[in-house]
Amino acid sequence: MSALDNLRETFRRDQVFDFMRQGTRAVAPGQLDSGAGKNILYLEDITVSFDGFKALNDLTMYIKTGELRCIIGPNGAGKSTMMDVITGKTRPDSGTCFFGQTLDLTRLSETEIATAGIGRKFQKPTVFPEHTAFENLELAMNDAKGTWHSLFTRMSGEQKSWIEETLAQVGLLDDRHKVAGLLSHGQKQWLEIGMVLMQKPQLLLVDEPIAGMTRQEVERTGELLQSLAGKHSVVVVEHDMEFIRSIASTVTVLHQGSVLAEGTMDQVQNDPKVIEVYLGE
Amino acid sequence: MRDSTFKGALSDRTARTFMGVLFGATLLVTLLNQIFPPDSALHVSAYTVTLLGKYLCYALLALALDLVWGYCGILSLGHGAFFALGGYAMGMYLMRQIGDRGVYGNPELPDFMVFLNWQELPWYWHGFDQFWFAALMILLVPGLLAFVFGWLAFRSRVTGVYLSIITQALTYALMLAFFRNELGFGGNNGLTDFKDLLGFSLQSDATRVGLLIATAVALASAFVLCRWITGSKLGRVVLAVRDAESRARFVGYRTEHYKLWVFTVSAILAGLAGALYVPQVGIINPGEFSPLNSIELVVWVAVGGRATLYGAVIGAILVNYGKTVFTGVMPEAWLFALGGLFVAVTVFLPQGIVGLVSQHWERLRKRFVKTGDTDDTPAAQGEHS
Repeated sequence: MSALDNLRETFRRDQVFDFMRQGTRAVAPGQLDSGAGKNILYLEDITVSFDGFKALNDLTMYIKTGELRCIIGPNGAGKSTMMDVITGKTRPDSGTCFFGQTLDLTRLSETEIATAGIGRKFQKPTVFPEHTAFENLELAMNDAKGTWHSLFTRMSGEQKSWIEETLAQVGLLDDRHKVAGLLSHGQKQWLEIGMVLMQKPQLLLVDEPIAGMTRQEVERTGELLQSLAGKHSVVVVEHDMEFIRSIASTVTVLHQGSVLAEGTMDQVQNDPKVIEVYLGE
Repeated sequence: MRDSTFKGALSDRTARTFMGVLFGATLLVTLLNQIFPPDSALHVSAYTVTLLGKYLCYALLALALDLVWGYCGILSLGHGAFFALGGYAMGMYLMRQIGDRGVYGNPELPDFMVFLNWQELPWYWHGFDQFWFAALMILLVPGLLAFVFGWLAFRSRVTGVYLSIITQALTYALMLAFFRNELGFGGNNGLTDFKDLLGFSLQSDATRVGLLIATAVALASAFVLCRWITGSKLGRVVLAVRDAESRARFVGYRTEHYKLWVFTVSAILAGLAGALYVPQVGIINPGEFSPLNSIELVVWVAVGGRATLYGAVIGAILVNYGKTVFTGVMPEAWLFALGGLFVAVTVFLPQGIVGLVSQHWERLRKRFVKTGDTDDTPAAQGEHS
């Protein structure tokens, strides 16, 4: 194309200049691109093997922005490995793993992934046992994490009220000055969800949230997770079918490292393949 | 929660009590030494003054170890190395101050170099005739070594007993190196025969008292500094690293940076302790690098009580007082007593003396103050205040 054509193209009268168009600006590299209605997580053809055993086998899955997704599957189906791949703990042998459309999770470190907006609640509650509930949330807060900053920083009123809001959200406001090691099992789980929330995550990975909980606590946890969806995208890995039925809109069944079925709870429960490997037992 | 600024650390009750006791004792000893004549019953001898100064140096060293061990969970078995390096830096300055008053009367070279037929001062001895330079090196050399060593160790995620072993190896290697004459630090004999510091004779009572006061000031400043560090958010992160390192990493903290930071600050404090120690005892030799010293140091902190700061100070003073008394009565039994003490403390007093006292204090308080005060819950005790 000649220079004249370029000039003509630039000054076409039937359209405005590119930079004046709003909403279509390209996302800068390193920024999360996941508008409403788009997917927030793209897992494609992921394979992970440990000593020849394929923990994940060509796993392909997408999570929509703002969705509450439950993942079920028998032991060894690859649920935890999948979480490890997303959070950067395990690197896939092949396949791609994108957070939004721009962030390649296979290239980021664990810390970078956490700062980019993926929070994970582990299966076993691992709070800081010697710190109070309040301090636990303070430590988890989405703030500069450098040593010198930590030495000189003082909590602003805004940060303090944010921590208290989160404590209220997870139902620990009354126990905020209690040492976390002395909280009940259920409370620890909630505290940990609160800690993940303090990182302002776009995507929340929740590993077996109700294991070992009383009935009341289970109900409370279900409500909590549902209240989080929408503002955040939530992925829950769980065994308890009744619990999943009570909270989930979409369920994904994993089996031997790949997706066996996906759909609503009813669709999945009536799928003959699923009945054969998992629910029929 | 404490006020987390430096001012807050200076004005909190623990720091004030600590400084009150420390300065009170120092002032008392100073007055008793300076006012009463040597034949008076109330006179405190220069020997006692220096002994007390020595204890305070040990207390500063123990404080430094408590910062990394008690708060960050890094059991360093080589902290004596930083202490000794600070001591050598001070020793080099004191050697240069001797000038031509040495046995060989060489204005430039220390005696041991003349003895070894060295013709000129090694490059690394230059600058040590200036106090400001020596003071800088006292902080810089231990700090730099800790930084490099810690950077390598923490980056490779060496933790627990493996880290303890390599810190032990570090101090042992330095000991062997400093024993060599060729290294230029006086070999086996180390540095000694010091005359004066900043123009004050080290033999005079006034200088000894001055050194005691300087050590007390250094200890108090270090205590406030450590209170500030442990009361800040950095302190809470460090505690989190101790209790659940992988979780802290997952929350987004570069835990190796935090460990490195604390380790380096601690090494600098240890170096300062060594520098104050040397003019008071009048000698520094490679024996200070001995692994045994570093292990004794761990015992002091364990006996006093970890992660309280003042526990380490109390432990250092008590154990060393015990050592002074014991080695006077039965020198050969001292090491057995020390070993027995360590075992006893580990088994019966995991919180050290401070923990024992505060437990009894709590119990007494509960017995006499029978109120429904909610501050008595374990949550309030857990705030490390």
